[in-house]
Order: sequence, then C-alpha cells, then structure tokens
Amino acid sequence: MPNMSLTKNPMPSQDPVERASNFKEVALGYTKEMALDESQRCLNCKNHPCTQGCPVQIDIPAFIKKISEEDFEGAYNVISKDSSLPAVCGRVCPQENQCEKYCVRGIKGEPVGIGRLERFVADWHNENTKEAPVKPASNGHKVAVIGSGPSGLTCAGDLAKKGYEVTVFEALHTAGGVLVYGIPEFRLPKAIVQKEVDGLKALGVKVETNTVIGKTVSVDELMSDEFGFEAVFIGSGAGLPSFMNIPGENLKAVYSANEFLTRINLMKAYREGADTPIKHSKSVAVVGGGNVAMDAARCAKRLGAEHVYIVYRRSEAELPARREEVEHAKEEGIEFMLLNNPVEILGGEDRFVNGIKCIKMELGEPDASGRRRPVEIPGSEFVLDVDCVIMAIGTSPNPLIKNTTEGLETNKKGCIVAEEETGKTSKDMVYAGGDAVTGAATVILAMGAGKTAAKAIDEALSK
Amino acid sequence: MYRIVKKRELNPTVTLMSIEAPMVARKALAGQFIILRVNEDGERIPLTIAGYDRKAGTVDIIFQVVGATTEKLNHKQQGEYIQDFVGPLGVASHLEGLKKVCVVGGGVGNAIAYPIVKALHEQGSDVTAILGFRSKDLVILEDEFRAASNNFIICTDDGSYGEKALVTEPLKRLLESGEQFDEVITIGPIVMMKFVTKTVQPFGIPCIVSMSPIMVDGTGMCGGCRLTVDGKTKFACVDGPDFDGYKVDFDEAIDRGSMYKAFEAQAREEACNLYKMEVK
Repeated sequence: MPNMSLTKNPMPSQDPVERASNFKEVALGYTKEMALDESQRCLNCKNHPCTQGCPVQIDIPAFIKKISEEDFEGAYNVISKDSSLPAVCGRVCPQENQCEKYCVRGIKGEPVGIGRLERFVADWHNENTKEAPVKPASNGHKVAVIGSGPSGLTCAGDLAKKGYEVTVFEALHTAGGVLVYGIPEFRLPKAIVQKEVDGLKALGVKVETNTVIGKTVSVDELMSDEFGFEAVFIGSGAGLPSFMNIPGENLKAVYSANEFLTRINLMKAYREGADTPIKHSKSVAVVGGGNVAMDAARCAKRLGAEHVYIVYRRSEAELPARREEVEHAKEEGIEFMLLNNPVEILGGEDRFVNGIKCIKMELGEPDASGRRRPVEIPGSEFVLDVDCVIMAIGTSPNPLIKNTTEGLETNKKGCIVAEEETGKTSKDMVYAGGDAVTGAATVILAMGAGKTAAKAIDEALSK
Repeated sequence: MYRIVKKRELNPTVTLMSIEAPMVARKALAGQFIILRVNEDGERIPLTIAGYDRKAGTVDIIFQVVGATTEKLNHKQQGEYIQDFVGPLGVASHLEGLKKVCVVGGGVGNAIAYPIVKALHEQGSDVTAILGFRSKDLVILEDEFRAASNNFIICTDDGSYGEKALVTEPLKRLLESGEQFDEVITIGPIVMMKFVTKTVQPFGIPCIVSMSPIMVDGTGMCGGCRLTVDGKTKFACVDGPDFDGYKVDFDEAIDRGSMYKAFEAQAREEACNLYKMEVK
C-alpha cells in the first residue's frame, strides 16, 4: 500500500542559527527509515514522467523501488547506469524543475522527494561499499579531458571504464572545478568530490593539476605526436566573471562572486589561521539572484557579517536560484532587497567600499526571456550602508582555449559551438560540453554533456 | 611537488630559486609569470618568471620576503619541494622588432627586468638599462645586467652606490639629450612606474609597464587583478601583465594593491614567530 501522505519527508537539517556560523553541511540527509517511508510515496506509475524530466534519464521509479525493497546497492546500480555523480547531483540538482516537476504526486500535494532519495542512496553506497573500482584493460587509445568539473569527470569516467587511457588536465591545484571552487562546503562537502576524483584515479585516469590548457600546453600540442592524444574533450566551464561596469566597481572590497567563493571554498580562507586573506565585513551587498548569489551571501553571513543583502532587480518570483536555496538563505537571516538595481558603489577616503547606491525598480512588459522587464522608478535612488559588495551577476566561458586553438568555432558569447547529440566541435576529434558550450548552467546538464561526448568519442575511436 | 634545484641569496631580503618544472620551462617567455603554493593549504601567489632553462627544465623565480607566503618560501632549502607551480601565465612581453630600448627597473622589480633585457640583448637590440635600488646592499644581478646591456646606469636612493638619484632623473637626462628609443619598458613599484610614464610622455615614446596586482587563480577566473586601462576594466592575469603605461589608472592600482596590507603584515609576523619557535 503506497504512502499517500501529501508532503515529502522533511529533510533533517542543522538549526539555522547554529549553521549560520559554521561551514558544515546544512542538509543532513534522510535516515534509512525516512528513505523507506519516502520511497513508499512513489506510485511506480506507468509513464514515469519523472524520468523524462531528468537530463540524463535515470530510471527513477526503478531505483526508488529498490529502496523500498531495502536493496540500496541495487538502487545505486540503477542510478549509476546513467549518472556518474549521484552524491553530487542528489545535493545540487534543481530537482523541482526536473524530475520532481513532472511527478504525478505533485499534482495534488508535494512530489516524491527524488533528489533526497538519490542522495540517500549515494551516501549509503559511499559509506557501506568498500569495493574499489577495477581498472579495465587498456584499449591503447589516449584521450585528453580538459577541466575536472562535472562534465570532465563524467567524460573521463565513462571513457576509462571502456579501457581508454584518459588524462584529465586541471588549471587549479585541486581537481573538481566548480564543485570545489564554487559550491560551498555547507552545500557540497569537498570530501564527496574528492571521493569521485579518487574513484576515477582507481580506474586508471591520470589527473594533471596545475596545467592550464592554452598556456602550459595547447589543444593542438595535445593532439601532436609529442603528447599523442587521439581525441580531446573540452569541459573548461564558464569561469570568467561578469561585472556591471558601474562607477566604484574597482574599489577595495568589491569582489566577483568567483573570487569571494574561491578564496573561501578552494583556499579555505574561512579557517582560522588560513594563509589566504578574505575581508570579514559587517554589512555585505550581494548583487544577483542566482544560486551563486545565495552561496556568496550565505558564506558572507558565516564569516560574521551582521547584515547580508541580496540586491536583485526583479521580484521574488523571478529569482533564478533554487527555491530551497532561497529558503535556506532566508532562514539564515539573509535580507532580500528585491526590485532594486545598483547604480554606483561608493567609497571612502581609504578607497574601501562604504555604500552602494541603488535605484528602485518595477516590473514592466515581458522581455525576450519571457520574464517581466524591470524598469527604473525615476528619482528613487537610495544608499545602502555596506562595507563589501559581491558581484554575482553571471559568468561566461574563459577565452584562453578559444584564443589558442585554431579552427575551434565559438559563438558571440564566447561559447564553444558543439553538436548537441555528440559534443563534436568544428575541429576534428575535438569535443566539448558543459558550461563551456552552454554558458553557466547546471551540474547535471554538464554531466549529461560529458556522457554524450564520451559515447561519441568511443564511437569515433573504435571505428 | 616541484623541486628547488638551486637557492641563492641575492641580497639580505631577496632570494633566487630555480624550480624544476619542465612543462613551464618548455613554454616560458620573458614577461610571463607563474603561480605557486609553498605547501598544502598555502596561499597562491604570482611571481614573474626571472629566467628559464628549457634543457634543464627549470624556471627561476626571484622574490622578496613581504608576507607569510614569501617568508615560508624563503625557509625552503635547496633540494626541498614546493607544493604547486603553474604557468607560464599571462602574455609575454612584445619585444620583436624593437631596435633600441630603455629598460627601467626598480628594487626587486629588477629581477623581472632582467629576462627582458636579456631577451632584447639576444635578439640584437641596443639596450639601455637604468636600475634603481634603495641602497647598495640591496643591489641584485648587477653583473648579469652589465653583460646584457649596451648602456648601464645604476642609482640608489641614498647614494651609497652609483648615482644618488631616482630612476626618473637619468631617464629624463637621456631623453633630453636626444636619445631615440623605440620604447621604454618599466618594471618596479607602481609609484615608480607611474612617474617613469610621466617622464617619458612628453617625448612621445611608447612606455610599457608591467603590473603585478593581487590575484588568486591567474587564469581570468577571479577578477581580483582587475585594472582600469583606457577607461576599461582589464584583467592583468590574462590581458597583461604588460600594459600601455599612458592608459593605466595607476592610483586605482595602488589602492587595490593595499587591500590586504594589514592582514599581510600580521600573517608575516605570525609566520616569523613560528620559525623563531622552531629554532628554539
């Protein structure tokens, strides 16, 4: 008999007051009892629309059925047929816009907590399965993967399982890409990412950190006789931060979200005695309304800021961040200054930020994106007292590879042009996927693109 | 891990290290930089490449102890290892076609001026080198500079060696005497580069400055190294570090460079105290 409760089993989480001053994971994960109870909410319906909502089409009812049978390893095996990073996706996927959006239980009441169940299964596997992956026999083909974020790790894993000799090149000193420099510890513990990377190494994947493709080595060199890679997958992400180009943006204590988060997440500047400095501010304005803005705001709060404002030019309904992240931010005391747009950042004589001048906005007619366009209300300028400003208004692909790879076509936004079905670029045997192709998007889409390209590379090289 | 093949004290506060990093040595050019971390959990700091040996696979760095990280680096000995070393980053100096060049260096910036002087000398350019130091005991690489330049001028702030002058004084004298340089290249403290630019401007000669702002990743990701050049925001790590001196907003760059001054001073003191305790 299915569990007909209209609501999901709530996710146990750290108390908001307590967690706002530590960097430990916020959501604690389902217990076995909760997972079993939640799994009973799945009706195992015929059309399983949830699967259609998943960018990598995980057989969701099948893994949930395994959970209900208490076969957690079986559930893990179902997921890992289509996803290489379940512990990551179970935490950071926007399930409410994907699988859970289409769940029939969501028509009346809340959908099944698919994301929470995925996380439970992945964590159970990581804790209980000690079996190391076995390195397959080499098929003699060498493939280079550029970038060790979600798309690169996935592409590398899929190829390594087929016997390819894969080398992953990473510009930073730690593998993981945005999973280590961008997403904070309290949302995605770095130990989970490290475990995924260690898993790849056990499969025989070589990880070369401190290697900037386009600087240390070019794509063409990788494919030359000197290095001998037969195919290259570019998964270099969208790491170039955008600024608003308003006056005062180069004052001290104006950060890009990338810099602020990298100092905290990758460089551990939040720890007492860390070598990397970060400004501990009293009052912080984070400009933007996406997940990155929420991450930056919640980090600023954890560093001890009394006031942290989200300054966003549209209204709450248009916030691009996940609902859950917005709720978490509110619980932690982040103040939302919606329908406001910064026009200038103000500084004192010491050239440190001492305020941000904003103008109030109202929503007009829908624009090209289908969202109602924010329009300035004349004469409504006001100054918000802050001593730090974080710009979280988006990123675009880094031009280093584009500028050093002849024959690699990009669009006017700097994104690499690649076929959706294969990841093939304009350059022979060069494939690309993830944010480097789409512009900033989600972990799961990048992962899907890595899988697609791995399949295409395998087909091309096994001809 | 990257091995320290050679360590040499150039003066009491400035040290040269040759680091085994074949992938960096393979591509390194004058004007580019590297980023290193001394140990796990260490800070990433950029240092301009002071020399390289492609055959031996080594890259030279020269640094002055200014903060906790350079303090820790200075405690590493020959044969020991540093955690991370990545590069070559940034755009190499554009030296092709330059026939007669004046290179003006100041303090530890002379370490970076040297590979440029050397590269110019090797391509057959006529090089005038003007070096400035605070005092005689801080002079570095004098023999190397003398060997690679056609005209060599050294000055100190206190007059303890060479001419008692700021670098702008002999520079102005040469320009006024009618020396026709294709370009002036200057590397050193920002204030010095600002005044070198001002000195050169009336003579209509291009003046290139080498900027070294605070940065984290060095690949265009953090934007911490941004500068205003010709009214536009540029990232020193990928657009530079060399820029047209006439277009750089030096005052803003000076401000931005002082962002973590208090933190650096304290961190260095703490690092010093730790080493003192070790000695006891």
